[in-house]
Order: sequence, then structure tokens, then C-alpha cells
Amino acid sequence: MNTQLKRTFSLIEIIVGLCAMAFALYLDFTGNESSYRGILLAAGLVLIVAGLFILPTKKHRSIVNVLFLLPVLLTFFFTVLNPFILGIFYSLTDWNGIKFTKFVGIGNYITMFQSRDYVYSFLITFLYTILNMIFVNIAAFALALLCTSKVRGRNFYRASFFLPNLIGGIVLGYVWQFIFNKVFTAAIAGSQSMLTDPNLALAAILIVSTWQYAGYIMMIYVTGLQGVPKDIMEASNVDGANWWVALKRIKMPMIANTFTVCMFLTLVNSFKQFDLNLAITNGAPSRILQGKAVLSTEFMALNIYKTAIAKNEYALGQTKAVVFFIILAIVSLTQVSINKRKEVEM
Amino acid sequence: MKTRKINLLFGEIAGIILSIIVLLPFLLVLFNSSKKSADIVISPIKPPTNISQLFTNLGNVINNQNFSYWKSFSSSLIITVVSLALLSLFSGMAAWVLVRNKKKWSSVIFMLFVAAMVIPFQVVMLPLLSTFRSLSSFTGIQFLSSYTGIIFAYLGFGGSMSIFILHGFIKGIPYELEEAAWIDGCSPEGTFFRIIFPLLKPVQMTVLILNGIWIWNDYLLPSLMLGLNGRIKTLPVAVSSFVGSYVKQWDLILTAALLAMIPIIILFAFAQRQIIQGMVEGAIK
Repeated sequence: MNTQLKRTFSLIEIIVGLCAMAFALYLDFTGNESSYRGILLAAGLVLIVAGLFILPTKKHRSIVNVLFLLPVLLTFFFTVLNPFILGIFYSLTDWNGIKFTKFVGIGNYITMFQSRDYVYSFLITFLYTILNMIFVNIAAFALALLCTSKVRGRNFYRASFFLPNLIGGIVLGYVWQFIFNKVFTAAIAGSQSMLTDPNLALAAILIVSTWQYAGYIMMIYVTGLQGVPKDIMEASNVDGANWWVALKRIKMPMIANTFTVCMFLTLVNSFKQFDLNLAITNGAPSRILQGKAVLSTEFMALNIYKTAIAKNEYALGQTKAVVFFIILAIVSLTQVSINKRKEVEM
Repeated sequence: MKTRKINLLFGEIAGIILSIIVLLPFLLVLFNSSKKSADIVISPIKPPTNISQLFTNLGNVINNQNFSYWKSFSSSLIITVVSLALLSLFSGMAAWVLVRNKKKWSSVIFMLFVAAMVIPFQVVMLPLLSTFRSLSSFTGIQFLSSYTGIIFAYLGFGGSMSIFILHGFIKGIPYELEEAAWIDGCSPEGTFFRIIFPLLKPVQMTVLILNGIWIWNDYLLPSLMLGLNGRIKTLPVAVSSFVGSYVKQWDLILTAALLAMIPIIILFAFAQRQIIQGMVEGAIK
């Protein structure tokens, strides 16, 4: 009796839900712009889900499986999968952000590689990425050694080195713009702001990104260094290995994995740098290249953003983004294959 | 023994100096938020002479029309909290289904999520806007410049990594636990909510911290979806649009920056260990 009641009730819910959704869609097709259309659709969906949930059937477990996966799959499809596929398609058209009129093949890719500002931003991003990788990892490893030694106050140092990493790049970028433009020029009287010289502006971004990011990478090295067994360190001490030898022959080889993780993490994150770039220099200052001016510190992520949003060339911006993705995908595949090789060795 | 002590002393001195250098920008923000515009021009390095100026500046910026601190703060808070709550719930549900069904479809879906972690935001951001625009006109639910839309987007973008982390953890939970519940007549959803979900607490901490710091500080997604001068602004967007309207007025800009930093610094002071641990664990996995 009880199951019978439940079944009827759930079936009614499902049917009412279906009707609500169908009516919402009908309103959509008739061009009715009433504000309750969306609510009706959502309410219909909720009713169907609830109805399916309490429906007494042998397939209950499968229904639960589907309903549990549904929210993530739905959001994932509309925010990642569908835009991703559309994006690759749009890069082959003359899309203007709203619609496209014709298919241009690889025309956008050719335009892109012929444009001076893109090739420059491509190269400067690589330069920045490599330099940043080196600086961040050296700083982070040195700080990690300090924070895993027996110095007093090491927890305080850890926390303060880590702090910049928690604040958003946009806010920090503006703060540092102030420091470069006002504080440094006041501290060294009569000096020009670093941000007015193309090379020094790049150095400025490197300073800030190392400052912001080293504390995070440091903590990963700290975790690695703490994993080095104490008895091995004691044994090396007994054998008379000094600090430097112990570091080079024992600690560093034992945390080789941590080095790989940190290298790739900084590589990917430097390559995707956007917030600091936008807030500190916004691409400026200009650099004269073969008689024409290009923005000297415009990294790829910012270049993509500006092409699409500021210059309104959506198809070209999307094309640049696809190339951006391909480079990152290659980096990630390399990392996966290195990890696989390591696992085989172990 | 003696050289050891000297070395440690050197380490301590280095640690203190480096901490001061790292914290100096924060100190400069505090100093210059407590000055009048003219005093910053005279010297941006000197400590402020009159602390009450800090409160004058704070008052001015908090009530500024372009910044409206409390409004942007609550928008950021609503977006972050709702996204995190839904993200941990939905990802937990999905990861559990994917782990406990060893079928072809489940591994395909899981691989899809893992592969999607490589996709940078830049490659989807432009079509995302057009997809959301058509979704809005199709469903009648506003997806752009609305809480619904941006939370929906954070579920989509945060889902992959959260599922990946939770998947690894749930694999380690013995299946016998669920079988016992099953025999006792517990429904599948009951098994998940009463047995599995409570067990996820330690790893959910990592998921919450990683996603929380990201969503709270994110700039590009809200600036595109909500607009720089839209009805809803998150804190980073508000700071950016404030800087745009008060170019070079550093007393106001730095006060705004200070206000944007304070919530996280307070949170960090209380949950320092958990935050560091969560972020490091997320990176290693």
C-alpha cells in the first residue's frame, strides 16, 4: 500500500515536472519573454529529480548514480566542454563574439603568426616563464632550507613567506605599481621608475612574481625535505659529512620528485600569468622593434584578453587561445610521461 | 657545537631580515593608507604622523560609490560560500559514484575530468560568454551578471580538480563499510550521506581551501561575466574598477587594497596551519 502510494506520488511529481518544463519551452518558442519562464523550468527540473528519487523501483541505484553525477556533468558541459569545442571551431571562422558569417580555415592562424605583437608576446612569455621558474625555485628552495633548519621562529618565517600568495594578483599588482612608481623612486632620489624601461619592467614583474609565489613553492619543498628520514641524516653526520655534502649528496637526490613537481607547477603558472601582468604594467612600456612599437611586457594571456576584449577581434583572440592551450597541453603531457618513467624506475 | 650555534644565529638573522622584506609591501600599504594624498607625495616611506587619517581614508573608501566595500564584500562572500558548499557536495557525490561503479563509462567520465584540468581558462572564456548568453535566452534564467551564472561557472571549472582529489580519497575507503550498511537496509543515497560524506572531512578541507582561495581572488572570470561596472562586483573587480576611476590617487587606492586584503589576512591568522596544509596537499596530488 505504502509503496503504491509512493509510486503514484512520485509519478505525479514527474509528470507535473515534465509539464512545467514543456510549458516553459513552449513559452520560449512562442517568444514570450515572461520572467517566470526560468523559474518554471528550474521548478520542473527539481520536481522531476525529486520524483525520480522517491520512485520505488529496482533500478533505484542506477537512478541515484545518474542524479549524483548530473550536477557536475551539467555545469562541466556548459562551462568547459561546450565552450572548448566551440572555441576550437570559432578559431576557424570570422566570429565576432556573437555570430560568424564564414569559415576562414587556418586564416586566423596565419594572421596571428604574421602579427608582430603576437610573436613578440610569444617570445617574451617564454623568456619570462624560464626566468621566473629559475628565480622562484632557487628562492623557494633556499627559504625551505632555512625553514627546515633548527632556527628559532621558523613558523613565523614560514607564515610570512606564505602570506603574499594568499592575496589576489590584481590587488598586489596595484600595490607594487605604487612601490615601483613612488617608493623606489623616492628611496633612490632622482631615479626613473623601473616601469618606464622595457627591460626593467620585465624585471619588475619577475620581482613581484617571485615575491608572491616563492612562499608557496617553499612549502612544497618543506614537505619534501621533512620526508627525508632522520636516521639517514644522523648517519651522514656520524660519517662526518658536512652540511653542504649532506645537502648535495643526500637531501637533493632524495627529493628529486619534489623538484619535478615544483618545476612544472611554476612553469605552468608562470606561463598563465595574467593578474600581475595586467595590474603592474598592463603591457607597457612600448619597445621599438624594427621601426614599429610593440608592448614590451604583454604576456600571452594578456595579449589574448586584449585582442578579444579591447580590440574586439574575437576570432583572432580565440585562435591565440587555442595555441596557448596546445602549448600547455604539451607541457602537461611531458610531465605525465616523466612521472610514468619515474614510476617504472621505482 | 660552537660553529653550529653561530650558523643558527646567522639563519635567524637571515630569517628576520627576509621576513621583513617580504612583509614590507604590506607595511607600506598600511603606512600610506594613513596619510593624506599630499603627504604621500612628500614621502611614501616615512611612517604616518597622524593615525586618525587612516580612519578618515577608510571611511571615504568604504562609502565610495565606485567601491561600495560592504556590497562587494558580501557579493564575494556569497559567491565563494555558495560555490564552495555546492562544489564540495556535488563533487563528493560524483566522485563516489565514479569510484564505486567500476564500469567503462565511469572511467571515461573520470578521464574526461582529469584531461579537462589541462584546459586554461583563456581558451574557454570567450565561447563561455556566448554559451551563457544563449543559455540565458533559451532558459529565461539570467546567466551573465547574476549570482546563478557565476556560481554555475565555478561549479563547472572547480569540479574537475575537486573530483580528482576526492576520487583518490574515496578509493581508499574500504567497500565493506558500504556493504554493511547495504545489508542493514540502508539506501544508496543514505549510505553516501550518512557514511561516506562524513568520512570525507579531512580531504574536503583541502578542496575547500584550494577552491576558496582561487574563487575569492579570481579576477578574470567575474570581470568578464559580471562586468567591471555591473550590478554585482566581487572585491578584486571592485578594486580594479576603483583604480580605473581614481588613477594615481594612491591614498584612496591603497586604502582600497588594504580593505581587500584584510579579510584573508584575518582568516590566515586564525587558520594558518590548515590553509598552508590544504594548499600544499592540493599541489602535490
